[in-house]
Amino acid sequence: MIEIPELALVALVGVSGSGKSTFARAHFKPTQVLSSDYFRGLIADDENDQSASADAFDALHYVAGKRLAAGRLTVVDATNLQPHGRAELVRVAREHDVLPVAIVLDVPEALAWERTEARPDRDFGRPVLARMQRDLRRSLRSLAREGFRKVHVLRGADEIAATEIRYERLFNDKRELTGPFDIIGDVHGCRAELETLLERLGYTLTRDASDRPVDAVHPEGRQAIFVGDLVDRGPDSPGVLRLVMGMVAAGHALCVPGNHEQKLARKLNGRNVQLTHGLPETLAQLELEPDEFVASAKGFIEGLVSHYVLDGGRLVVAHAGLKEAYHGRASGRVRSFALYGETTGETDEYGLPVRYPWARDYRGSAAVVYGHTPTPKPEWINNTICLDTGCVFGGALTALRWPSRELVSVPAEREHYAPVRPLAAAERPDEGLDLADVTGRRHLEYGYGRATIAAENSAAALEVMSRFALDPATLVWLPPTMAPCSTSTLDGYLEHPATAFDDLRQAGVERVVCEEKHMGSRAVVRVSRSGAGDAIWTRTGRPFFGSPLDEQLLARVRAACAGVLDELATDWLLIDAELLPWSAKAAGLIRERYAGVGAAGRAALPAALDVVERAAARGLDVAGLRDGLALRSAEIDGYTAAYRAYVRPTDGLDGVTLAPFAVLAGDGVSYASRDHGWHLALADRLVAADPSLFTPTRRMIVDLGDAAAEAAATEWWLDLTATGGEGMVVKPWTGLKAVDGKGRLVQPGVKCRGREYLRIIYGPEYTRPEQLDRLRRRNLGRKRNMALREHGLGLAALDRVAEGAPLWRVHELVFAILATESEPVDPRL
Amino acid sequence: MLLTVTTTHQPATDLGFLLVKHPDRVHRFDVPTGTAYVLYPEATDERCTAALLLDVDPQRLRAQHDAFSLGQFVNDRPYAASSLLASALAKVFRSALRGASKDRPDLVATPIPLVIRVPVLRGTTELATRLFEPLGWSVTATPIPLEASLGGDSRYVDLELTGELTLSAALNHLYVLLPVLDDAKHYWVAPDEIDKLLRSGAGWLADHPDKVLIARRYLVHKRAFLTTALEQLEGDEADSAIPADPELPVARRRPLAEQRRDAVLAALTEVGATRVLDLGCGGGALLTALMKDRRYTEIVGTDVSARSLEIAARRLRLDRLPERQQTRLKLWQSALTYRDDRLRGYDAAVLMEVVEHLDPPRLPALEASVFGHARPAAVVVTTPNAEYNVNYAGLTGMRHPDHRFEWTRAEFADWAARVAATYDYSVSLRPVGEVDEATGTPTQLALFTSSPSEVTA
Repeated sequence: MIEIPELALVALVGVSGSGKSTFARAHFKPTQVLSSDYFRGLIADDENDQSASADAFDALHYVAGKRLAAGRLTVVDATNLQPHGRAELVRVAREHDVLPVAIVLDVPEALAWERTEARPDRDFGRPVLARMQRDLRRSLRSLAREGFRKVHVLRGADEIAATEIRYERLFNDKRELTGPFDIIGDVHGCRAELETLLERLGYTLTRDASDRPVDAVHPEGRQAIFVGDLVDRGPDSPGVLRLVMGMVAAGHALCVPGNHEQKLARKLNGRNVQLTHGLPETLAQLELEPDEFVASAKGFIEGLVSHYVLDGGRLVVAHAGLKEAYHGRASGRVRSFALYGETTGETDEYGLPVRYPWARDYRGSAAVVYGHTPTPKPEWINNTICLDTGCVFGGALTALRWPSRELVSVPAEREHYAPVRPLAAAERPDEGLDLADVTGRRHLEYGYGRATIAAENSAAALEVMSRFALDPATLVWLPPTMAPCSTSTLDGYLEHPATAFDDLRQAGVERVVCEEKHMGSRAVVRVSRSGAGDAIWTRTGRPFFGSPLDEQLLARVRAACAGVLDELATDWLLIDAELLPWSAKAAGLIRERYAGVGAAGRAALPAALDVVERAAARGLDVAGLRDGLALRSAEIDGYTAAYRAYVRPTDGLDGVTLAPFAVLAGDGVSYASRDHGWHLALADRLVAADPSLFTPTRRMIVDLGDAAAEAAATEWWLDLTATGGEGMVVKPWTGLKAVDGKGRLVQPGVKCRGREYLRIIYGPEYTRPEQLDRLRRRNLGRKRNMALREHGLGLAALDRVAEGAPLWRVHELVFAILATESEPVDPRL
Repeated sequence: MLLTVTTTHQPATDLGFLLVKHPDRVHRFDVPTGTAYVLYPEATDERCTAALLLDVDPQRLRAQHDAFSLGQFVNDRPYAASSLLASALAKVFRSALRGASKDRPDLVATPIPLVIRVPVLRGTTELATRLFEPLGWSVTATPIPLEASLGGDSRYVDLELTGELTLSAALNHLYVLLPVLDDAKHYWVAPDEIDKLLRSGAGWLADHPDKVLIARRYLVHKRAFLTTALEQLEGDEADSAIPADPELPVARRRPLAEQRRDAVLAALTEVGATRVLDLGCGGGALLTALMKDRRYTEIVGTDVSARSLEIAARRLRLDRLPERQQTRLKLWQSALTYRDDRLRGYDAAVLMEVVEHLDPPRLPALEASVFGHARPAAVVVTTPNAEYNVNYAGLTGMRHPDHRFEWTRAEFADWAARVAATYDYSVSLRPVGEVDEATGTPTQLALFTSSPSEVTA
């Protein structure tokens, strides 16, 4: 029985014919074993081509590195008899902070020779084997020195055959512990505050005969976790040690070491350390304790594990934090990082080391909780939090409750130790965004689905985002595109309410709201009480009109929102709306494209008709041509009427209105799960507050089982579209998070556009039967996928904003929406 | 789309012989983009009008393209005269265009009174006049207004030409100039287009004052074609006849661009940089200069536009450089509002005419990513001096439509001082370009160097 760590780089060591491959086959999965023979074959088509060895090992080390980076046990099946070859393996293991392990297969030379001779592809002589045997003897002496943390030597064929392997877990792997936990920041000998904090957290203290606390128990079985730096500077380091040692021994607490414990242990071991940073105080206090206590404290500290991975991998605790690549790894540098953090090598004006802001670059899914750096107020930065609130310097002692993430603090009773540098605000979290978070081919799991963003789409979005869009801190959501309803087969219609209702019925929706579709420009509005950070932006995240119109518009929206802000008890709101009229934003486009075509058609067709009429008057047979031109003339008139309906004169903001239809989010909350009744009621409140600024959205609620209601809604749609309306959007009544029977998101709405409106989309003459037939073959699949993906990304962005996620986590989703929009899709849909 | 030809030559109905289309019939032709008709709304001895009416089938027009573009579905092609009409004209009136007539061989060469009307044609009154008047036409080009609710004119004119010319000349003028006014072709333009131009332009194009413009537009702005055509039109004088691009404003900033580049290079030399970043390199104007200088061992051009980087790669012939040269140059897409680890550790970064393309609220992000994160030892920034703009006659607003701001000298100095203080650089400002007493130089340059304590640390 031999034990190896669950995650390790295992080097099999043995001469040719020692049975390494057989051993590997018996104990490991084929994919876990990287054999030098196999890699020689890959490189040179010949497993025995020694000239390919260097390249083969290069490739083998590369693959081993990839496996270890992903946390997978890796076994190297090669003779591994040469120190330089083994040194490479140790290097690869250390690079990924896993333990290198050697398993030596030591068989009699005679047996190895017998096996070698039996293999037709081995053509070396006995002297070669003898040399290998000598190398093996030499290797046996040096393996441990070379850095192999465990060396198992199996002697003889029988022992090898009888060996079993057991996997041991790393000390830092406590994933099975799920808490709940109370994670406590740097105590630094502040025993009184620690007692108060534990009681505040609901623990009951157990005291010894001298009334000193020696344990604390939580009635609900909660466990405390100390982030280290229990000692130094404060008034009672031994008292803190006694309590924490008692809790750990009783299983009521876990503890990771801090740099101060580390230094104390070194001092107690007689090492020469500088007596600074509060160590003399601790030593003086320990002077008064019996030797047994000091010895047990030393043993306690030496037994501490530098970091823990807890709660199924969702929580990592280390004194100075830990970057993701080091989670659950074991090596000197992992321990060093956990104890001291990463420093830049510079010192600040107080002579203290400048710390590298590893948290700024942290992108892991596990929350990292740590201490070490005093900060006035704990703040989440990229899913990491520092709990050292400088109790010993007169700050507070802080605990984080897990998994609720609630912070509990007790103030210091006094300043026990003068800080070297003022306890200033933490270095402002650098919210700068990293290019690597948005570019290249990206896979996103966002809770409502998963998406792969193609690199070229990210590249296109990068240009839009960085050249034209608002500050990403403001731009927390972009409107998703919307798919039209399935194509209607009704005579003369490409889109019709009947298919819209069918679409939603098939998605399992029972009740829908039909909302009038305003034809203007999509506008997302963020307003707050203070006005700070307020903005209005377009579909692609650009400022809407620019300065100063945007500020003027926002001021009016802000005024109208006052009551709603109060009622929802939020400081800010995110509103989804349409800005009207279309011509307010799109005047240039209308003139250049739509009206230009209209003017050309209205000039050309009468002129042609006039020629044809005069030819007819001369008795020429032009009836067919005349009818064709007359039809065209009617079509261009219909087309002209369609775009004209959305042109209204505006002057500055005069004549501009907003039609809000959803209130998406506020302070710490996403309103996406509210039904549309709620959203529209708020929209109505805004209309009531400022009727000249806000346009109401007409609507109808339809139960999809009720044929009469459907018929009434169809009539309503016909009326709406006959008088210049664009059409309607049919949405699941339950709101933006509506799901189908299998729990998947359904389309948040399908648009159903009017017959006349579609002339400006599909061309004036699209209503001709032969054209309609052709257009009915339009393919909606891609558009629907895009709409659903963007919708899900947007919902996830709102959730992340609500939970206070780091900016990059929100921005990656918003960016993905923009990137998705650059996928080629039929723009008429 | 429609074109009518009217004559009052006596007998006017001879027009039918010249066009080889009988006035009493409706002639119908299938053309690739629809159906062309020739018919006569009037045909008396005194006055005869032939109409060429092209009924465009948008479906068939669309089939020639495949890209998704809304313009494909809503466009003016069925209504405005264009290369579609010119092609139909060439097909339907082939012999008249050639100046051949079996029945009226004498009349072919005789100027006759003609009135041509094209009711809808893309273009301006001014351009239509410039193109047709030198050919002997008296031109009326009336802009077609947009609807009153929008106000203003559309980009179309109703064109009427009156003159006494041979029918063949008239048709050749139309054949060439309709697409020229429309400034587009509905088909792929191959080298044989040059022959078509020379054939139809025979006898009039070589002497036309706007022949360069005509040839340029007719040959859809393909420079190689244009050169060939002009060579054939006038021999060796061709080169001198082609100005840089007469339809763009005259490039008066060209010498300034050189002065600016030289100033940037001088600053780089001054700080002794060998590994340099050109941030916002665009099409690679500066990169070309850097590549020529061997002291630069590593040159990185970044731009947010993937397209610009492609242009730069082509301009620098990146794929054809020898390997050793190729490894000196890297072109990366990057955005200055994001931090980018790849850009750390260089000697110098150049931001040449870049900052003014960023909205002012986004500048702090650029400052953090360049001065804070990438942290090159030196940064060279150039930007226009807004005060100098008064010296540009006719310039209203800013120098480039994408400029989000242009700074005065004081504003630039303030910004540079603040950035230097925040990120621990020292800065010196210098003028670039010719000095104007009152307003300074057209360009201003700031050279940031990281403070010495940092360098030794």
